[in-house]
Amino acid sequence: MSSSPENHTKVQGKLSTFDIVQKTLAKRRADESRFRFYGIASIVVGLGFLLVLFANITGKGYSAFLQTQIELEINFDPAVLDPENTGNQEALSKADYNGLIKIALQKSFPEATSRVDKKGLYSLVSSGASYQLRNLVINDNSLVGKTVKVWLPTSDDIDMLLKGNVDRNVEQGERRVNDRQLVWIDRLVAENRIEKQFNSAFFTAGDSREPELAGIRGAVIGSLFTLVGTFFLSFPIGVATAVYLEEFAPINKWTDLIEVNINNLAAVPSIVFGLLGLAMFINFFGLPRSTPIVGCLVLTLMTLPTIIIASRASLKSVPPSIREAALGMGASPLQTVLHHVLPLAMPGMLTGAIIGMSRALGETAPLLMIGMVAFIVNIPSSFTEPATVLPVQIYLWADSPERAFVERTSAAIMVLLVFLILMNGLAVFLRKRYERRW
Amino acid sequence: MSYVKESETSATNPMTNQLRPDSPSPNKIDRESRKTVGKLAIDDPRIICKNVNVFYGENQAINDLSIEIGNQEVISFIGPSGCGKSTFLRTLNRMNDTIVGCRVEGEIRIDDKNIYDKDMDVVPLRAMVGMVFQKPNPFPKSIYDNVAYGPRIHGLITDKNELDALVEESLRRAGLWDEVKDRLNEPGTSLSGGQQQRLCIARTISVNPEVILMDEPCSALDPIATAKIEQLISELSQQFTIVIVTHSMQQAARVSSRTAYFHLGYLIEVGNTNDIFTHPKHPLTEDYITGRFG
Repeated sequence: MSSSPENHTKVQGKLSTFDIVQKTLAKRRADESRFRFYGIASIVVGLGFLLVLFANITGKGYSAFLQTQIELEINFDPAVLDPENTGNQEALSKADYNGLIKIALQKSFPEATSRVDKKGLYSLVSSGASYQLRNLVINDNSLVGKTVKVWLPTSDDIDMLLKGNVDRNVEQGERRVNDRQLVWIDRLVAENRIEKQFNSAFFTAGDSREPELAGIRGAVIGSLFTLVGTFFLSFPIGVATAVYLEEFAPINKWTDLIEVNINNLAAVPSIVFGLLGLAMFINFFGLPRSTPIVGCLVLTLMTLPTIIIASRASLKSVPPSIREAALGMGASPLQTVLHHVLPLAMPGMLTGAIIGMSRALGETAPLLMIGMVAFIVNIPSSFTEPATVLPVQIYLWADSPERAFVERTSAAIMVLLVFLILMNGLAVFLRKRYERRW
Repeated sequence: MSYVKESETSATNPMTNQLRPDSPSPNKIDRESRKTVGKLAIDDPRIICKNVNVFYGENQAINDLSIEIGNQEVISFIGPSGCGKSTFLRTLNRMNDTIVGCRVEGEIRIDDKNIYDKDMDVVPLRAMVGMVFQKPNPFPKSIYDNVAYGPRIHGLITDKNELDALVEESLRRAGLWDEVKDRLNEPGTSLSGGQQQRLCIARTISVNPEVILMDEPCSALDPIATAKIEQLISELSQQFTIVIVTHSMQQAARVSSRTAYFHLGYLIEVGNTNDIFTHPKHPLTEDYITGRFG
């Protein structure tokens, strides 16, 4: 202990405080650096897992944003489209567009003559391609009688082949694309008549049994309806509840009981709220099942405790001197809350609400209970139409056997993550923007 | 404890009294007496308090307090911490209503209205009895909005020009106008502590109250800001009745015409400030102002 200062008082045979402290110093420093190391290590491990997750999902999902298209020379033959020559829209909308595609395919590959070959040939093109042709003709009647080159989606098997998910080396019986089809595809590739294009259907279509036709639009709109409804129900009710409990309610056994119950409700498994919604809103009140209206009611129940707890914490953090100042000026209790306390508490409340919303956005279990797990092709346009939501759509696709749904599942997860990141970003932005200091 | 014992003996034993020749009237009032001494009633009373008791739950914070407060007078409440002076101040505009478990008994009349009547609303009462708090607490709004808030919620003004004039007048009377006239839209919280407290005073006088209660208004301020506030109190006393709680006896001596001394929930002595500080009647008052405790 030579480092002790010279003027330090020394008692004979006894270590000075300085020396004793010196001895323990090394251990303290080691403790501190060990703790710091644990902290950094856990952050690194956490970030590593996050990176693996993102890499995995992006790696699997990015190819879903591309869809293999095939170029066919379609002859919009009036003899096929309108054999009775009525010339009206109804006949055109009911016409056999599949026939047009088959004719075009046969013209390209005249060697396919047997039944089996023809079946293989026709299955190159998606079964939804005929609807695309129909839409073309209905939007532009002048196409009838012309021959036009059209890009049409291939079936999911061909899409998978072109994306390298089908192994050509295994036996023919083991893979979804047979040898004859491989030959045709190779020829189309050589002729530049098959290529991967941006998969706009993924963003504009509803769900489908055919992976190449399936899109997330229906689920996104359904999520949007559900979330908007949830926000406009849960935020006002939650804030009003918090303000009442925090600023107006007398403190007695009843309010204690309510407080304990609200805290407990925040920890109730979400599927229980789904059961409640099924029993109350659908079976008792008779609201239509599978609809965003029931979805948002259920998610409101689930989100309310979160919002109430966050709002109360936010109200508690407003200094009492502000309330005293307002009350001392003769403001009524409601004026005090509306003019002073609520504006100061609002950023915290909004943050809580958005975090509750992002939980609601990712919620699946309660929605399964109220039937939002149904297979719904139509894009919902109101709160009372059957709909599904993004996480349920992901769940449905993850359950589908087709190989092409794997990448679509990952792509849908990416879209969901983007929404979640945007919402959390909004929460941070609001907190920073409206945070006031006093 | 030994101190109390000594006082007990001093009341009975004339020998010990000779050891304290500076005591003006040692045997006149018993040290243990909690009966208020001094001039309780005045000629022109504005606030009349009769037998006021205040309870926080089971604890009694104010015991049987009676006092009259005159028109346009500055009265200061002094006493050691926890003696109930702030509690009593807050009963005068019923700010204690906000405290859970607080109960007030007795009668407080302001301009002949019992403010604890059932049909008395606190909103007009607090507009009539303004309050300035210990810690400056401007609203986190602009300086202008701070002063304009009271007139707005009470509907005292009809148009913007009138409000502008009222804000300017209030700030002028609070001696703050020249310092803030160019930055009325800046937040009130951006001002210095002394300026904030004057802003709070401007806010209070903007609704033209009858009485202003001040709860240790200078305890968070430096001496220069304190001097400004004290000067302001003297000016405002021309128009308002001011009740001020203070820990500083010098301040009480400087700003007030009457002083009341509180001790552990009892009003011990009331009198003209000069008399209290030069010839205290009650032994407890004397002990406090001579710095023996407090």
